Amino acid sequence: MTDIDLQALRRGDEVEFLNLVRAYHSSLVRLALVYSPTRELAEEAVQETWIAVLRGLDGFEGRATLHTWICRILVTIARRRSAAESKVLPFSSLGDQHDAGPTVDPSRFLKSGPDAGRWASTVPDWSTVPENRLLSNEMQHVVSEAIARLSTSQQLVITLRDVHGWTSGEVSELLDVEAGHQRVILHRARSRVRDALERYLAPDTARAGS
Amino acid sequence: MICADLVERVTDYLEGLVGAEEAQRINAHLTICDDCTAYILQMRLAIRATADLAHVAPGSTVEDSLLKIYREWLRTTG
Repeated sequence: MTDIDLQALRRGDEVEFLNLVRAYHSSLVRLALVYSPTRELAEEAVQETWIAVLRGLDGFEGRATLHTWICRILVTIARRRSAAESKVLPFSSLGDQHDAGPTVDPSRFLKSGPDAGRWASTVPDWSTVPENRLLSNEMQHVVSEAIARLSTSQQLVITLRDVHGWTSGEVSELLDVEAGHQRVILHRARSRVRDALERYLAPDTARAGS
Repeated sequence: MICADLVERVTDYLEGLVGAEEAQRINAHLTICDDCTAYILQMRLAIRATADLAHVAPGSTVEDSLLKIYREWLRTTG
């Protein structure tokens, strides 16, 4: 994680402030998007967060990491701003109870015979996809859209764990979700992102005879 | 371990949260199954692509407006 010199920030070092902004702004917008109906509102929530971060900087004691502390401030602000917020919804009500069953379409596996449960057709090998394609803006767009289609709880968990790099413990504490349940949610969310990428990368990985 | 079961265990496997005995069964399966090996790579790349979303630089307009906020904060605290 990015090392930020808090003393420099308090002194008025603009370069250090920009380092902080560049390190976290985009991932904060992504987190805010979970709570906001539009990108514009998400940006506003993040802007409000930066103001709160600066105001609270002197009180920040470094018990949490700076990153975790900023995210907590954002979540508080974003929850307050979101219309559904008047009472904080328990995590369990954020809806993925309807998302049960296997994460891979069962038709991808053989149904009967001695090989039942094995893949029915070849799984595309992404090791041959060029690196610049994997890192393209288009690819980011596909991932972003896939996340936007997830349930709120899935969006929160995948954003905190995989975009922000939070630990399972940090997420459990912030969202009050038990570790086992969180793993199930994360697995579903990641599987959906993988699905979207598989469709997107299909032309790159089409192989003769498969 | 069969493919349809393995795909449901990938997250725990990648997080190092499966027990020694299960890890062994998964590893043994991967040595004989190219498709599950490919599937695990897909999941790894999906996780990496998700992490990449954090590395989008904010636009210069955003940076400018945040610098204004920073200067205002300095002015009022300093």
